[in-house]
Amino acid sequence: MIKPSDEKILNEKTIEENQLSRREYQYGFTTDIEMDRIPKGLNEETIRLISEKKNEPEWMLEWRLKAYKHWLTLKEPTWPNFEYGPIDYQGISYYTAPKNKPKLDSLDDADPELIKTFERLGIPLTEQKRLAGVAVDAVFDSVSVGTTHTKELEKVGVIFCSISEAIQNHPELVKKYLGAVVPYSDNFFAALNSAVFSDGSFCYIPKGVTCPLELSTYFRINAAESGQFERTLIIAEEGSYVSYLEGCTAPMRDENQLHAAVVEILTLDNAEVKYSTVQNWYAGDKEGKGGVYNFVTKRGKCEGANSKISWTQVEAGSAITWKYPSVILKGDNSIGEFYSVALTSHKMEADTGTKMIHIGKNTSSTIVSKGISTDESNNSYRGLVKFLPSAENSRNYSQCDSMLVGNKCSANTFPYIEANNPTATLEHEASTSKINAEQLFYLTSRGLDLEQAISLVINGFCKEVFKELPLEFATEAVKLLEMKLEGSVG
Amino acid sequence: MIEIKNLHAHVEGDGTEILKGIDLTINAGEIHAIMGPNGSGKSTLSKIIAGNPEYEVTEGSIVFERDFKKIDILELEPEERARMGIFMAFQYPVEVPGVTTSLFLRTAFNEVCKAHGVDEMDALDFNEYLKSKMAMLDMDDKFINRPVNVDFSGGEKKRNEILQMAVLNPMFNVLDETDSGLDIDSMRIVADGVNKLKNDNNAFLVITHYQRLLNYIVPDYVHILHDGKIIRSEGKELALQVEEKGYDWLLS
Repeated sequence: MIKPSDEKILNEKTIEENQLSRREYQYGFTTDIEMDRIPKGLNEETIRLISEKKNEPEWMLEWRLKAYKHWLTLKEPTWPNFEYGPIDYQGISYYTAPKNKPKLDSLDDADPELIKTFERLGIPLTEQKRLAGVAVDAVFDSVSVGTTHTKELEKVGVIFCSISEAIQNHPELVKKYLGAVVPYSDNFFAALNSAVFSDGSFCYIPKGVTCPLELSTYFRINAAESGQFERTLIIAEEGSYVSYLEGCTAPMRDENQLHAAVVEILTLDNAEVKYSTVQNWYAGDKEGKGGVYNFVTKRGKCEGANSKISWTQVEAGSAITWKYPSVILKGDNSIGEFYSVALTSHKMEADTGTKMIHIGKNTSSTIVSKGISTDESNNSYRGLVKFLPSAENSRNYSQCDSMLVGNKCSANTFPYIEANNPTATLEHEASTSKINAEQLFYLTSRGLDLEQAISLVINGFCKEVFKELPLEFATEAVKLLEMKLEGSVG
Repeated sequence: MIEIKNLHAHVEGDGTEILKGIDLTINAGEIHAIMGPNGSGKSTLSKIIAGNPEYEVTEGSIVFERDFKKIDILELEPEERARMGIFMAFQYPVEVPGVTTSLFLRTAFNEVCKAHGVDEMDALDFNEYLKSKMAMLDMDDKFINRPVNVDFSGGEKKRNEILQMAVLNPMFNVLDETDSGLDIDSMRIVADGVNKLKNDNNAFLVITHYQRLLNYIVPDYVHILHDGKIIRSEGKELALQVEEKGYDWLLS
């Protein structure tokens, strides 16, 4: 563990004074809308009720119940490098949906409050205003409220809809692939999600198709005392390509909210999926009160030869971020990538990283992780690189850099390596640096103001990750980090 | 151009006084050198002029004159001083990983433009401007495409400082022991750069421990700093005397 102690960076008084002026979380508003919600609590009846509300086929309910029974046998894990108060699983409402859910093809008729909410979040949904070049699935609490550009996508055979619709309209695909990468028995939170998931996105890219639009899901938690358990499934058939974006926000609430999602990606021969996240869930106030628990299982499987899965994440929100977007490299010559920027401020905690499991021959993986800790936050990178005996001539490159801002935060790196094949090549680099007064003086003495100087340093630090993001997302990510860092150095 | 009066200062949070009443006036078109033994306060003076927050001024003033306006700069932030035309070439230029030198220079240049109500330059135009400055300084360095000062040689770091000076075109320039750690060839490039940049409208304050830099950058005045005070001010011959006899004869 590296803790800055005696080095003179900034005096604490200035930090605190500046924190007062730090910009408030701008997505912290709530939407007043009539909701259909089921009573708090979790038992078999809850699951039947969710399934019934969604008018699901019998096989789906059975799968959920199997998951629930398995979940009951599991214990909540305690190994991460942070602590959190006990989660009362009976105190959560597992299904909360806006009452006037629009019909599939008439987003324009949706509750204006909902449309307004997403507009305020920068996600226009109506026909006239929707974003060009990006198809959006908007998830509000437990359900998808609409998907844009579906018709355009249908023309090339791309299926992009909520997972609830996929269960109704493409049951053969869902049945075949749901749980194929993250089985319900995978871990505590994945089992819980499998039992109670209420919505999420479904993408199917047919053979040889390069998806003409960026696909995107925007997750919004609104209701209090509710959890969000969404499930995303992306299947890329042979020779196909898709770039998928994910964004998230939540209102400011004093209670913690649980977000336990599962994302599964499967690529067949020569297919490629690029998955980008900008996560800005409410992180709690500066005393650490409230905020979202972001406990997510994200995994991709390169099933086919020469396929590629790339995760890029900018994690700037959530009271606790606990996730390891991973890649199973089964197909020969397949490629896995993980590019991450995790920023923690105030009393936030992050324990995030990746797992790269090399099974096929000549597989390669790249890990670039940038952790920025400020205030009293704690930021850990945890990663596993594993080479199975079958993974001839495979390689991994890992780079884990931490940056400390101020002198009360901490950064940790937990790299795990298991190499069971002597031909494997591994490179690991790690560094810890600080934004220091000398650096800032140098930049300001050339005419940059303090904020510009900080943002230049941070952008330089995160450059390798930002260049992996789609352009509009990169700009958003830079702005988000600048906003979060405002006043934390100075 | 700049008038320093009775300047007293110490390190922030440490009461030991380092500067004990400095008086110094520098006019446009002049080059002044400050020499002195280690620990005499030379670098402190340059950092205070540039606005380093690690030092606290307890008494005195630094008045900078530009466009017939006189401003006490002590209350100004480092960036405000820079935008007004004050520049310090660092003794130890700082690394900024991941940020290319050209982007850094353009960002700084545009900030100065903005402060003077001049249109900012786009990347293309700036590139041309930068090339012209590099040609003038006889620098064909590729370092402008590398992250600021990261893995630069000692010579490259100092040349980068002079390049920044050329790009930002300041009025008052402080060179803080720019010659330290330089071989003779690099020193000549740096000195040639300064001589090319010098004109009747700007001024230089060259801080150095050794006389040799002053063979290349010839000062109009040489000041000897000792224990936080200027104890002697003369023409350029003073530097030669120091070279020959050391500092001791001045201190007794």
